[in-house]
Amino acid sequence: MGEAIVITSGKGGVGKTTTSANIGTALALQGKKVCLVDTDIGLRNLDVVMGLENRIIYDLVDVVEGRCKIHQALVKDKRFEDLLYLLPAAQTVDKSAVKPEQMHKLINELKQDYDYIIIDCPAGIEQGFQNAIAGADRAIVVTTPEVSAVRDADRIIGLLEKSQTVESPKLVINRIRNHMMKSGDMLDVDEITTHLSIELIGIVADDEEVIKASNHGEPIALNPNSKASIAYRNIARRILGESIPLQPLEEANKSVFGKLKKFFGVR
Amino acid sequence: MKKRQNVTIKGTKDGIVLHLDDSCSYYELKKELDEKLSENQRTQTERQLTPVKVDVGNRYLTDAQTEEIKDLIRQKKNLVVDKIESNVVTRAEVDKLKAENEVVTVARIIRSGQILEVPGDLLLIGDVNPGGTVIAGGNIFIMGSLKGIAHAGVFGNDQAVITASSMQPSQLRISDCLNRAPDNPQNNEKREMECAYIDDNHQIIVDRLQVLINLRPNLTRLEGGH
Repeated sequence: MGEAIVITSGKGGVGKTTTSANIGTALALQGKKVCLVDTDIGLRNLDVVMGLENRIIYDLVDVVEGRCKIHQALVKDKRFEDLLYLLPAAQTVDKSAVKPEQMHKLINELKQDYDYIIIDCPAGIEQGFQNAIAGADRAIVVTTPEVSAVRDADRIIGLLEKSQTVESPKLVINRIRNHMMKSGDMLDVDEITTHLSIELIGIVADDEEVIKASNHGEPIALNPNSKASIAYRNIARRILGESIPLQPLEEANKSVFGKLKKFFGVR
Repeated sequence: MKKRQNVTIKGTKDGIVLHLDDSCSYYELKKELDEKLSENQRTQTERQLTPVKVDVGNRYLTDAQTEEIKDLIRQKKNLVVDKIESNVVTRAEVDKLKAENEVVTVARIIRSGQILEVPGDLLLIGDVNPGGTVIAGGNIFIMGSLKGIAHAGVFGNDQAVITASSMQPSQLRISDCLNRAPDNPQNNEKREMECAYIDDNHQIIVDRLQVLINLRPNLTRLEGGH
């Protein structure tokens, strides 16, 4: 029996889809059987980031409405030996085409065959969000060091806590620009974590390579030389239960890193 | 047999006190009250308005009945109802009163979009994040930091106060007063252990926590002791 993890943020454009693709890829690199589920119905793009767009035949709505079997709709990622699959969202209908109960049933079915189901959640708090969290066991909230993104993350965490089906959410801080954090022009990691008071599971630096990789349909996690890639791989390992200290940000300010270390109880 | 009087009228120096018997039926009572007041009226000439206190003993009057009695008395010249006293309250009223005097403890973070509302005092063990709101009929005590909105004394209690370990609210409201954070926070001074209250000019003032000891002595509920 696998585990379903929803990747959510509230605000759009903070990197939910990129995070979903990379965490999924990194988990598959660890030898886990992973299924990515895109619930952003009407505005799908997880398939594009994964480079699987032109292999889609059926989609999530087809499965839910019984037009095909789950395995027919799943798109296999050829880069992995039978480890990584994608269930794409429909592009022609909108989010109201699916109900939370149907999602719950679908995710439960997938959990029989996969170790991890990574659910990419749409932005917002409406039906699409409700669908995405319906079947999830755990949640990862993605935010960036911006006040608006943190505000929305706070709202989302509140909603997740209220739903009670999802265990306490974990935090990923994305697009960190070290020099801005150091100069105090950006919220620092410590500040965000204290404010949201949930467990931090990873920090990802703002890296042009991520955008490049996404545009080529190759998740950055496949490239072992990128800092962002290491960050995603570390997140995957923390999901698996390993305890890994946070990677130092480039020329990390000693005190910030020291605080982080202290926060995680490392040495 | 002499009929028992259901309505007794007494004059005091503050006005008239009407004792209404609590064992007769409401209908009888009303009838007798009407009669008594009507005959009384004749003896009174043009004089000032006389305040009337009504004591209904162990009778519970519904809101409609209270209005009826008041109307009845008001119709008579020179009389005005000061107050109606009853020894009885309903369970609902007691529950409400009790709730308004209770301190509710909540251990939680009030996040953006969430509203926490209590009828009495609120003791929050946690933070109020920006976009979150706490509302209380009484005082609000926040052990963590207040970054959202706090509204104390929501039913119109000007004596209510708000305290927080870290006071950085987006808005403070007490009773019908409102105070918001300055648009350009001057310096990043730490606002720790502070309180907010309404002063004599009906303005919300934020000050050190300790000033409440003199300003709101009623906050102390300890009885006896040294």
